[in-house]
Amino acid sequence: MPASEPALTTGGRRRPAPAAPAGPPRRRRRRRRVRAWLPGLVLLTPSIVAIGVFVYGLIGWNLRLALSSKTTDISPAHFVGLRNFTRLWGEERWNLAVRHAVLFTVVFVGGALLLGWLLALLLDKGMRAEAGFRAVYLFPMAISFIATGIVWRWLMNPAPPERAVGLNALFQRLGLGFLANDWWQNDRWGMAAMAVPAVWQMAGYVMALFLAGFRSVPEDLREAARVDGCSEWQVYRYVVFPQLRPVTLAALIILGHISLKVFDLVVAMSGKQIITDVPAVYMWQMVFDAHNPAKGAAIATYMLLAVAVLILPYLIWTLRSERRS
Amino acid sequence: MTVLARRPPSLRPGVGRRPGGGRRVGAVRFVLLLGFVVLFLIPLYVLLATSFKPLEEADPSRAWSLPRTWTLEGWRAALDALAPALWNSVKLAVPGAAISAVLGSLNGYVLSKWRFPYADAVFAAFLFGMFIPYQAVMIPLVQLMTKTHLIGGIPGLVLAHVVYGIPICTLIFRNYYATIPDELLEAARVDGAGMLRTYASVVLPNSGPAFAVVLIWQFTSMWNDFLFAVFLTGPASWPATVQLNNIAGSMVVPYGQQMAAAILASLPTLLVYVLLGRFFMRGLMAGALKG
Repeated sequence: MPASEPALTTGGRRRPAPAAPAGPPRRRRRRRRVRAWLPGLVLLTPSIVAIGVFVYGLIGWNLRLALSSKTTDISPAHFVGLRNFTRLWGEERWNLAVRHAVLFTVVFVGGALLLGWLLALLLDKGMRAEAGFRAVYLFPMAISFIATGIVWRWLMNPAPPERAVGLNALFQRLGLGFLANDWWQNDRWGMAAMAVPAVWQMAGYVMALFLAGFRSVPEDLREAARVDGCSEWQVYRYVVFPQLRPVTLAALIILGHISLKVFDLVVAMSGKQIITDVPAVYMWQMVFDAHNPAKGAAIATYMLLAVAVLILPYLIWTLRSERRS
Repeated sequence: MTVLARRPPSLRPGVGRRPGGGRRVGAVRFVLLLGFVVLFLIPLYVLLATSFKPLEEADPSRAWSLPRTWTLEGWRAALDALAPALWNSVKLAVPGAAISAVLGSLNGYVLSKWRFPYADAVFAAFLFGMFIPYQAVMIPLVQLMTKTHLIGGIPGLVLAHVVYGIPICTLIFRNYYATIPDELLEAARVDGAGMLRTYASVVLPNSGPAFAVVLIWQFTSMWNDFLFAVFLTGPASWPATVQLNNIAGSMVVPYGQQMAAAILASLPTLLVYVLLGRFFMRGLMAGALKG
């Protein structure tokens, strides 16, 4: 292997090439170096082009559409600035959709984090049939949101007591009739109920993340705390939990970005009803029913911005810490 | 556990860990965990019990009971309504997952072992594509697909899934290949092997687990996807999720049939989960979740 070729590394730091005594002229060396990495670039090119066009190109195209006057399928696309973006906030429906998305996010992210954390805590010390427990908590992840929506729509059926099915009927049977409620059809807190199936689906994932986090805390550390007289609870409180911050952040961001995009579940639960409207459903209707591409594109751009605010700092942070390690 | 975790963190309890808190705490934990198992399985019970109920037992008073007479009516009707869509999903998810895995493997190889200047920046740009809400590209994508006559068919849907799956597949393979020692590759290069020969002779034979993870991951997300399908396909090429939503959305379809259809549409991914759960878990831990 010629000394001037970059060594195979993963960290991007080239091994210093041994100084070649009476080596080839610099230009030839550079050409050799280029020859060393060029095939890689060529092999990656189709993917770079695909991502460039389908991700970044189309985002740009979408933005142009959002800034245009194309409010029907046939109207011309003149540049109109931020008009489509500002007009949305004057609409009751848009404000409602944003409110719904926020409420859903708070309940879903909070609920999944709490339940996942609790399950991990209960499992941490090891348990008979642990693999079985984990499998049960995780299986909802393998199911589509559409299938989840179908069964939960039955469970959260808001029909009046005499016709009640689902959880309301179960509550009555167990003498807990006061718990019966109108679930997602409640016009103030309905989206909180909508988050319940999502928690059911994702809590197992959070459990897996936290369980891995718990178990990455070295046993010596816990033992040292015990020797210092910590109770088992204090070991968790002062030794284990503080180590979980990166895991919690990762879970928070992953759940958060799923939540901001919620679409399938809402469609399967309630279709296009305004009472559970969220930006993704609103955008879908602007494209298919209202045929207003500019407005649909503006809503989509808002969704992208919301996710970008969450994801970009996280991506930069993880890539930096990877480079450091 | 973070997006870039090199190796999936282990879930095994630490060696020599003290069974904590004595027997009583252990028993309380067990009971609590069991309680959650019951809660988590309620929807599964509803799906199964309702799917075997005949129409006459649709009465709300029997909502939570097991069927008095077990019937396959619902299942038969569901299969009739869902069969073409299930086949479409197969035609989507099997080739889609295979193409994704091959692409991801080559990309991951380049980005971990055959790096070029600014490879990190390219990788970061890929990663962002993993998290974007696909709504942000959907309207232009539909226009583009219409212009290229790919709209409404399965090839167009496969193309979309493969392209937007590039980031996660590349990520999983890149992280996996980072664990292959460089010395192994250098040896091949000293023997005069080029990039592709090194890949075929050293890297590919060591890629089994990563292929399993990516194949399962992509199969599951393509099978369960609704968003792309609803925008990009027409009635003849609707996959199972879209058809399932149509079945459930019409008010006349009895619950039994709806539930049977939901189970049918979920069976392939559930089966994959049960049989290959280990790899499924690794996919979950390696990559963040595509929503």
